[in-house]
Amino acid sequence: MTFVSASEDAEFMIKFLEDHKFFGSIVHFTTTHVAMLIVTLTVIVLAVCANIAIRRELKRQKAGIYQKPGAFLNVIELAVEFLDNMVVGNMGKHAKTYRNYILSIFVFVILCNISGIFGLRAPTADYGVTLCLGLGTFILIHASGIRKNKLGHFGALFQPIFLLFPINVISEVATPMSLSLRLFGNIMAGTVMMGLWYGLMPIFAKIGIPAFLHMYLDLFSGVIQTYVFCMLSMTFIEDKIHDEE
Amino acid sequence: MNISGHDFIMGMSAIGAGIAMISGLGTGIGQGGAAGAAAAAVGRNPGAKSAVTSTMLLGQAVAETTGLYGFAVAIILLFVKPLG
Repeated sequence: MTFVSASEDAEFMIKFLEDHKFFGSIVHFTTTHVAMLIVTLTVIVLAVCANIAIRRELKRQKAGIYQKPGAFLNVIELAVEFLDNMVVGNMGKHAKTYRNYILSIFVFVILCNISGIFGLRAPTADYGVTLCLGLGTFILIHASGIRKNKLGHFGALFQPIFLLFPINVISEVATPMSLSLRLFGNIMAGTVMMGLWYGLMPIFAKIGIPAFLHMYLDLFSGVIQTYVFCMLSMTFIEDKIHDEE
Repeated sequence: MNISGHDFIMGMSAIGAGIAMISGLGTGIGQGGAAGAAAAAVGRNPGAKSAVTSTMLLGQAVAETTGLYGFAVAIILLFVKPLG
């Protein structure tokens, strides 16, 4: 009897590339680190290019030369305007405090999610990455809540009656868990599906058909999940800082 | 056919992973209901399409959470192998 061994034929788990001893414990250098370094470098290069393009355009306008902007500048404007409208539509007058955080998270997570189509293993399919993103939002939620309501922020835990305190604490702790698990689960599901398809299908099924799978599992699902992550972050923050009157 | 204790635990883990994925059933029903209601709302008021779409996506994302918990359990059973 022969079985198809998913752990040998299909490759979708995190691979350890190098091991380092670090204060007595072993630290693995994994494929996640490599993919994340590439994504971070891409974000930095994109930001520097956009900055240069915008500065050049401003200098041109100051000199009184008005001409139509290039393709790159147009795309940057389109993206920034879309993201800005998203933040303003959700947070109203608080938008100016949080738009930097939401925009950076959006760009980073979207590049992580779609890195699957460039042959990398998506960094967001590693729970260590998404948990950090969720914890970032968690800290921001409570920092803005404390800044807005001072100690009254913790008083909200005893609402509507004192007995509900444990349940309120659990629901607060569940926020970063569900945020990070949602992103991780969706991207991991896509990674597993692609790994199984490439690993277990006969050779003729690997030509052409994976394009559609990549389109749905990497592009569509990745973009939707990025949008949802940012929307939920904004909703949770807005929930803590909105004015009562 | 000889089945050792380890093999038995692995097989049972696989069955458990399959059962855990039944949680996708409820998620599917919930998301479909949300999408149907959104389609009805857009049909009644086409001007509010973008607001309805973003609300629908948010609701679907929250409804998806339980299904993803089941998926996480299945992945842990199959690849982390906590039982053996």
